[in-house]
Amino acid sequence: MKKTKRIRTETLFKLFIYVALIVLAISIIVPVAWVFLASIKENAEFYGNPWAFPADMHIKNFVEAFIEANMGQYLLNSVIVTSLALFFLLIIALPAAYVLSRFKFFGSGLLNTFVKAGLFINVSYIAVPIFLLLLGWDNELRALIGEDFFLNNRVMLGLIYASTALPFTIFLLSSYFETLPSDFEEAANIDGAGYFRTMFSVMLPMAMPSIVIVILFNFLLFWNEYILALTIMPGENKTLPVGLLNLLAAERAAVNYGPMYAGMVIVMLPTLILYIIVQKRLTEGMTVGGVKG
Amino acid sequence: MSYLSKKMARSIFIAVCISPALLLFILFMVVPTFEVFRMSLYRWGGLSSTQQFVGLDNFQILWNDMQFIQSFQNTILLIVLVAIVTMFFSLVFAAILTREKLIGGNFFRVIFYIPNILSIVVIAGIFSAIYNPENGLLNSIFGIFNLENWQQLWLGNQDIVIYSVAGALVWQAIGYYMVMYMSSMAGIPASYYEAAALEGAGKIKQFTAITLPLIWNNIRTTMAFYIISTINLSFLLVMAMTGGGPNGSTEVFLSYMYDQAYSNSTYGYGMAIGVVVFTFSFLLAAIVSQITKRDVLEY
Repeated sequence: MKKTKRIRTETLFKLFIYVALIVLAISIIVPVAWVFLASIKENAEFYGNPWAFPADMHIKNFVEAFIEANMGQYLLNSVIVTSLALFFLLIIALPAAYVLSRFKFFGSGLLNTFVKAGLFINVSYIAVPIFLLLLGWDNELRALIGEDFFLNNRVMLGLIYASTALPFTIFLLSSYFETLPSDFEEAANIDGAGYFRTMFSVMLPMAMPSIVIVILFNFLLFWNEYILALTIMPGENKTLPVGLLNLLAAERAAVNYGPMYAGMVIVMLPTLILYIIVQKRLTEGMTVGGVKG
Repeated sequence: MSYLSKKMARSIFIAVCISPALLLFILFMVVPTFEVFRMSLYRWGGLSSTQQFVGLDNFQILWNDMQFIQSFQNTILLIVLVAIVTMFFSLVFAAILTREKLIGGNFFRVIFYIPNILSIVVIAGIFSAIYNPENGLLNSIFGIFNLENWQQLWLGNQDIVIYSVAGALVWQAIGYYMVMYMSSMAGIPASYYEAAALEGAGKIKQFTAITLPLIWNNIRTTMAFYIISTINLSFLLVMAMTGGGPNGSTEVFLSYMYDQAYSNSTYGYGMAIGVVVFTFSFLLAAIVSQITKRDVLEY
């Protein structure tokens, strides 16, 4: 009697768990899938039952988003800015992290603390001063050669993205370098390799697993960022999230729904594909100390 | 190679490796942070006009600024609400996915993390679609179940719009914290649970008596995360979703700062808000971490 009662509560408990899991899963899958479906709906289909499937593939939304709403150009900008930022970040953060974690020198402890303190600096606060800084440089440059350079520049945005990602990236890479045994460096030294040679040929290849995690996290960060991009790219060189922000604003004026959802698909599809490929590494890497926002 | 030139080579190597990072870090992170503090002491009406040093005047005005106080209340409400709801759900789901043998456990873990990889602008778009009063998903679900009186102007009603924003923030955060809690729960030895089960402790008792105390340190760390990320993400979401409206009812700290700096061109005043928020979030995180301090259990 007691046993059957126990089994029944077990079953009820399991059932309850599955219901909870499925409800949460649905609350995530349905809105995301809904955006994909809405991106191929015709404008008339938005008035009426929101759960109705699109009558047929209305690819025109994507054409409109890409061309009329300029999302094609913004996509290109995002690709350029994100790749540049990742490139800058790696060539700057890797040597710094290597040296900071494995060399003792005058002031190295202080430098480590300094960089770690940077983890507390939030991009949202400093977007305004960075804008004013670049504006000031531009004003001086205009007086000199009559041209702007620093604002609306994809290379600058990439460089600033890389700079803001430095504390976290150096922190993550350092904690990895610290775990490597020093035997490798000694062996390389005996074989006659200099410091640079040892770093590039021996130590950096060994850091590959953490480099992959750094690339993944920062790709998501740079691809999705919008407050810096909004602030320091006021002209034509907008990135995808900023372009999407404009599309959303246009939707609030209730003109055209389809291209807006097409725009959302264009922004989230690359990250979704990446996530599906690497989800295990990403969630495992997160526990090393992932920080969002 | 002589000792001296070897030492020289070492110094050169160190300098070459560190200086680019240090330069960029100082230029685009440290200097702007100091600028926030410096500018908060100036009155500065726009780009062309000159700066005027006013000391702490900006902070004094802030004290009586009703809109700032409103944004303050909204931010506190969001922090408390989002932290409690997110913590509850992410802890429960993390415990379920680590402790229970489930069909498709990995599938759920993968799905729950998806919101975290989406741009906050996309999330704003998704929730605008969910909350749309005429053809939104939420109201139409209530319509299907004949719960018409539950239907709301989710983003148009001043009294509830802040909760709509909170909903989006929670949706975004659950999977992230769940994965974080899962990794620390995975480290708890199974024998503890077996012993507890033999003594007759049920699942809920096991959760409160074993899981929670053993991952308490992790929970403490995440509390600081909740505070800082809610302040930041609520800003990004509000900017993209409601623009602070209707009628300032979703204005949060940083969106108000941004409004003041750009729309109003009162940079000094905006930066004074930035200083207050910066100090406030730091203090709050420190206080919460102090209050929740207790002896770490070793296992």
